[in-house]
Amino acid sequence: MNRDSNGYTFGFAAAMVLVVASVLAFTASSLKDLQAENVRKEKMQNILSTIGVETDRDGAEKLFNTYIVEQLALRNDGTVDEAVDAFSDVNLAFELKKDAKDQRFPLYVANVDAAKYYIIPLRGSGLWDAIWGYIALNEDRNTIKGAVFDHKGETAGLGAEITQQWFMDRFVDEKIFNTSGDLVGINVSKTNNDPNDTDKDDHEVDAISGATITGDGVSEMIVERLQHYLSYLKADTEQLAFNN
Amino acid sequence: MSQPKSNKKPAIFFVAKERESLFSKKNRKLLKDPLDDNNPITVQVLGICSALAITVQLKPAIVMSLSVVAVMAASNVIVSILRNAIPNRIRIIVQLVVVASMVILVDQVLRAFAYDVSKQLSIFIGLIITNCIVMGRLEAFALGNGVWKSFLDGVGNAAGYGFMLIIVAFFRELFGSGKLYGYQVIPDAVYEMGYENNGLMLLSPMALITLGIIIWVQRARNRKLIEKH
Repeated sequence: MNRDSNGYTFGFAAAMVLVVASVLAFTASSLKDLQAENVRKEKMQNILSTIGVETDRDGAEKLFNTYIVEQLALRNDGTVDEAVDAFSDVNLAFELKKDAKDQRFPLYVANVDAAKYYIIPLRGSGLWDAIWGYIALNEDRNTIKGAVFDHKGETAGLGAEITQQWFMDRFVDEKIFNTSGDLVGINVSKTNNDPNDTDKDDHEVDAISGATITGDGVSEMIVERLQHYLSYLKADTEQLAFNN
Repeated sequence: MSQPKSNKKPAIFFVAKERESLFSKKNRKLLKDPLDDNNPITVQVLGICSALAITVQLKPAIVMSLSVVAVMAASNVIVSILRNAIPNRIRIIVQLVVVASMVILVDQVLRAFAYDVSKQLSIFIGLIITNCIVMGRLEAFALGNGVWKSFLDGVGNAAGYGFMLIIVAFFRELFGSGKLYGYQVIPDAVYEMGYENNGLMLLSPMALITLGIIIWVQRARNRKLIEKH
């Protein structure tokens, strides 16, 4: 056969595409369950790490079931939608595209050694692609217990540093509400005069050099997500205050 | 007169070829050469970008090396099997498709069975496709040689690449974070005496400098590599 003829070339290319496509599709679909399981456990691991529970992926499920006492899917007005499972039904990537009134806002309530924490999933955009994470609030629903961030494609060594422990640790003990009770979130600030982050009332953490847009993305993501939980967080806080 | 001669020659050639053992001297050379005399990184200076990026710690370097071994051996074998069927005009495209599908396979398997490492390596697994060593060996060797030789050549070159990766990662992890494979090896007592980890080792430029020192040492030991001027 003439290997240089157009017919042969087209035929070869077509056959190659068919073979490669079926091999890859077969592999992807047969490994899908294992991969999804890894992602699910990692989500649990991330949620747990915001409240200071460190575990490996295999142990995550057991600890998650122990410590996470409530998984709520909130409506915009702060009421709970019982029909929706916060952990598996709500995918923030899709939720974000909806109107705020149609979205469901997942909230995890954890109970560790008699202390109560509220864990809120975050999602926003960095420089190149999506960034996401979880933020855990103390029982006062104001002070941050811990935060964890992840990203899809931020620049390695710059924006990708938001996943580093030293960056996430800066958020600990910062407050999301100012003294008059308005939501201000945490600003990842380039003009922060507090590089060691000793001032925990300034609503600021030190930004990473060369990661301005990713840092701004983190600041925006926190305020954007938390504002939808105001009716839940505030209503109850006032109630608590009133009861006291 | 010429007829019997030309009949004889292929016969001898055929016999000689059949006698060649799996690990004949020539075949061993295919494996050994890329480790030292013709190392893809230190001699040919290929595949440097990934060598700089993923040598901060030993573990990702080892996984990356194994992935490259798998990708190179498999794609060399596949291209070698197909070498008489691949249309010459689209051979680069065919090579790319073969390499890309091998890389995706490796990526999928890592995601299922070594999730943490696959997250750590992230885009660099995908970038094996662009590793010049892989395409270079397909074009220069697998297209013109038999399956077994191509397999050895792929394993050898990938091993030469991985060998350098692991040496660089060894020094960077040891001096950069005082650990090896994630375990602390420099005792606390040394830190108490005032020893500090060298943070510069964690940055890419030090990978280049480490590599430079390795090339220097290699050339000092292996006179064959020194160019005659």
